[in-house]
Amino acid sequence: MLLSAEMNPPDQLNEALLAEHRPVLFRYALLQLKDSELADDAVQETLLAAWQASANFEGRAGLRTWLIGILKHKIADHWRRSAREVVTAEFDQIDNDEDESDEDAFFMSNGHWNGGPSTWNDPEAAFKQQEFWTIYETCHNNLPAKMAQVFMLRELVGLDTDEVCQEAGISDANYWVTMHRARLRLRECLEIRWFNQPKTKKENNHA
Amino acid sequence: MRSCRDITALVSQGLDKKLSLGERLAIGLHVMMCSSCRNFQSQSQFIRRAAKGYIKNLHHQPDNKTET
Repeated sequence: MLLSAEMNPPDQLNEALLAEHRPVLFRYALLQLKDSELADDAVQETLLAAWQASANFEGRAGLRTWLIGILKHKIADHWRRSAREVVTAEFDQIDNDEDESDEDAFFMSNGHWNGGPSTWNDPEAAFKQQEFWTIYETCHNNLPAKMAQVFMLRELVGLDTDEVCQEAGISDANYWVTMHRARLRLRECLEIRWFNQPKTKKENNHA
Repeated sequence: MRSCRDITALVSQGLDKKLSLGERLAIGLHVMMCSSCRNFQSQSQFIRRAAKGYIKNLHHQPDNKTET
């Protein structure tokens, strides 16, 4: 009802087209606001603003990138209102924590695993346990900021790889390296903190 | 013969783009013999499913009432 018919945006930007991006926008907002209702509001405001400003949309950046840009402002507005700006800072921070030694910790100089992944029994069972999600979050937060951002945009928000590169301001080559390192780190963290922990339901883990 | 380091990098790339036949063969042959890389392969897929599950879980926290 808010999308009144008087405003007549260009043909290519209709309601259905905007709504297509709702799930991605929602996940993005949810990850930052950690509250479904707030996230839903932010997305709603974003789509409304996009609709009203559709004349400004030049189609150059890609619709989704443009929408995310608006959403970021809405989220920033929210933090400003609730005066908790500290939390947003971590996502937009562009720090080049480029530690080349990163992968070296996982592999020996001949390219073989240093240690290496052990077998996880029935990993999906973890999804049912709330503690697992806490650990998952911890592991994600332990990633270097830029790496966490790239991984989040791809795996949690669900952007395409080229959109991630644009959004995070990284090159194609950088993307592959970053995602791979993120997976290596997350895998190891989950193994140490969850799958190799004796306290979980499995009776026995061969060490 | 590619090293575990190279193979896992390819496995990661394979999650986001279509690999060449040669690359897929190299992975297939390698993981047949290497349980660590085999574990990495299945665990990297698990991590992807976990990411989706995390969002779902975040969405259904007790204090939420919206459905989208």
